[in-house]
Amino acid sequence: MDAPVKVLVVDDHAMFRTGVRAELGQTGVGRVEVVAEAEDVDTAVAAVAAARPDVVLLDVHLPGGGGVEVMRRTAHLPDAPRFLALSVSDAAEDVIGTIRGGARGYVTKTITGPELVDAIGRVAEGDAVFSPRLAGFVLDAFAGSVPVAAVDEDLDRLSEREREVMRLIARGYAYKEVAKELFISVKTVETHMSAVLRKLQLSSRHELTKWASDRRLL
Amino acid sequence: MTTQELHPPLGARRMTRASAETWLGGVASGLAAHLGVPVQWARIGFVVAMLFNGAGLVLYGALWMLVPSDASFERSTPGLEGASRQGRRPMAQRLLGDVGPVGSLVVAGIGLILALQVMLGSFSVLVPLLVAGLGVALLWRQADEAQKQRWFDVDGRIDPVRAVIGADTRAGWARIAAGAALVLVAVSIFAVGSSGLAMAREVWIATVLGIVGVVVVAAPWLLRLASDLGAERAERIRTQERADMAAHLHDSVLQTLALIQRNASDPTQVTRLARRQERDLRAWLYTGDSLDDATLAGALRDLAAKFEDDHGLVVDLVAVGDCDVATVVRPVVQAVGEALTNVVKHAGVERVDVYAECGAHEVEVFVRDRGVGFDPAGVAADRMGVSGSIIGRIERHGGRASVRSTPGDGTEVRIVVPLAPVTSPTHEEKN
Repeated sequence: MDAPVKVLVVDDHAMFRTGVRAELGQTGVGRVEVVAEAEDVDTAVAAVAAARPDVVLLDVHLPGGGGVEVMRRTAHLPDAPRFLALSVSDAAEDVIGTIRGGARGYVTKTITGPELVDAIGRVAEGDAVFSPRLAGFVLDAFAGSVPVAAVDEDLDRLSEREREVMRLIARGYAYKEVAKELFISVKTVETHMSAVLRKLQLSSRHELTKWASDRRLL
Repeated sequence: MTTQELHPPLGARRMTRASAETWLGGVASGLAAHLGVPVQWARIGFVVAMLFNGAGLVLYGALWMLVPSDASFERSTPGLEGASRQGRRPMAQRLLGDVGPVGSLVVAGIGLILALQVMLGSFSVLVPLLVAGLGVALLWRQADEAQKQRWFDVDGRIDPVRAVIGADTRAGWARIAAGAALVLVAVSIFAVGSSGLAMAREVWIATVLGIVGVVVVAAPWLLRLASDLGAERAERIRTQERADMAAHLHDSVLQTLALIQRNASDPTQVTRLARRQERDLRAWLYTGDSLDDATLAGALRDLAAKFEDDHGLVVDLVAVGDCDVATVVRPVVQAVGEALTNVVKHAGVERVDVYAECGAHEVEVFVRDRGVGFDPAGVAADRMGVSGSIIGRIERHGGRASVRSTPGDGTEVRIVVPLAPVTSPTHEEKN
């Protein structure tokens, strides 16, 4: 194992930051290292620029515009960190919104220490982290909220295989088990996950237009 | 949050009538509270003032009409207000029921009439005036009651009848009828007494025409006022509902924290309490209204909650899509319940994943645990739990169910039920 992953913890609850720092200090020795903390959007942006973390543990509800705002304002940085959302909210709007904003994964605060260390490691390596609930929301988003006829077929619909992977994740399978179930390699599972993530992040013109008009940018 | 709205800075102090401790209209207690004097002084003051040509009576009546009741201005903490609205706190009782005020009004009225008759010996003007005054007092008394009830009314609309009568219909109608009758009698007495029957008819017609004219002229304003009031009421009720809900949640959080403090040494109990509280809060914050058990997702949520409470089983429920087809929802939920019972009894684990998906054509549910597992081939034929309660039940409803299990690797139950069966159930069963 090489150098530990540098982590920035962003949360407006000081007690929670302390808890995460303690937990990671205990279970993530040698694998992750908390390099800085921040409590709102402005301090988070400043901390990203100053501490140069690999992974940002990002609360979704933050004073100053929420976690999405932090991702928007740090996107232009040369080696922008990867974001892992860590939130109490498991509302569909928050989860999908944050993933669309650029987060590589989304876990809720009831996660255990070792699982969190694992998730940070996976995100640092560029993989996505999908919890069962998140996979359910993704399936929901593609099935219900995006009208099929209006969507660019190639880009926005999940392929049959990606859908299958997402359903297995939603059923509570670990990546390894998904691979075994579908007779593919774990690497392929992760490729499918990245593809889902890419599709979620506004890949088509239609989605982009909708996103912009929702925010009155057009 | 909303504390600024609930507690505006106390600038101009407004007098209100006390609605809780009234003999008549609560004017004396309201005035006493406003002036900061004992309530008996205020009452004595009114009685003394009455000696000066009935000035006290006039003053009391005027204040009764003009000063608003305090029932609408009660301000307290959100928790106490919420509890009051839901009837979970002792409310101040009226000192006397309706009988007292009405009875005293009648007695006082008759006494006054007799006294004035003795003093002045004239019927023509005074008697009708007094009778009319009595009727108007009764009507105002009823308006008070209706106003008070409107404030505790949780319906969003203004119902014109309810606005006048209030919810307590029989007493309300009686008061209104008595009041209106008294006023009519007064007008009649005046008309007949002053100029005979022929003239009385003219007075009557003129009165009715006058009333109709006023109503026609004022109608647009009245209508607009009513609709504005309706909108504001709806807004207020929404706010109150949210406040009540928040108060309830804070209350239950406090209860849970108290229980956790007392059970701090019992980790499973603490976990269970925490999870139940979390579920409550989450349902309120994020789930919205889809909590009724008529839909599949709602019913499964209920089921999961039940297992979490009763058996300490952590049910991770993921629901994609939702449907409310009763013929599908009930058997599926029962089968899932059976599968969860098996997990509790045999799997030896504390968490289970449940995934439900409502597609366009079928409903699929998976229940997966990572417990001890078993060998499906080795299950005795007389064990009915799986074959009867899960597979048999689902097949009777035209679906398919299967159980996959490996010893040491956990069990997965898969349930598929078609949404609109195009083929007959027997055909399905053959597959």
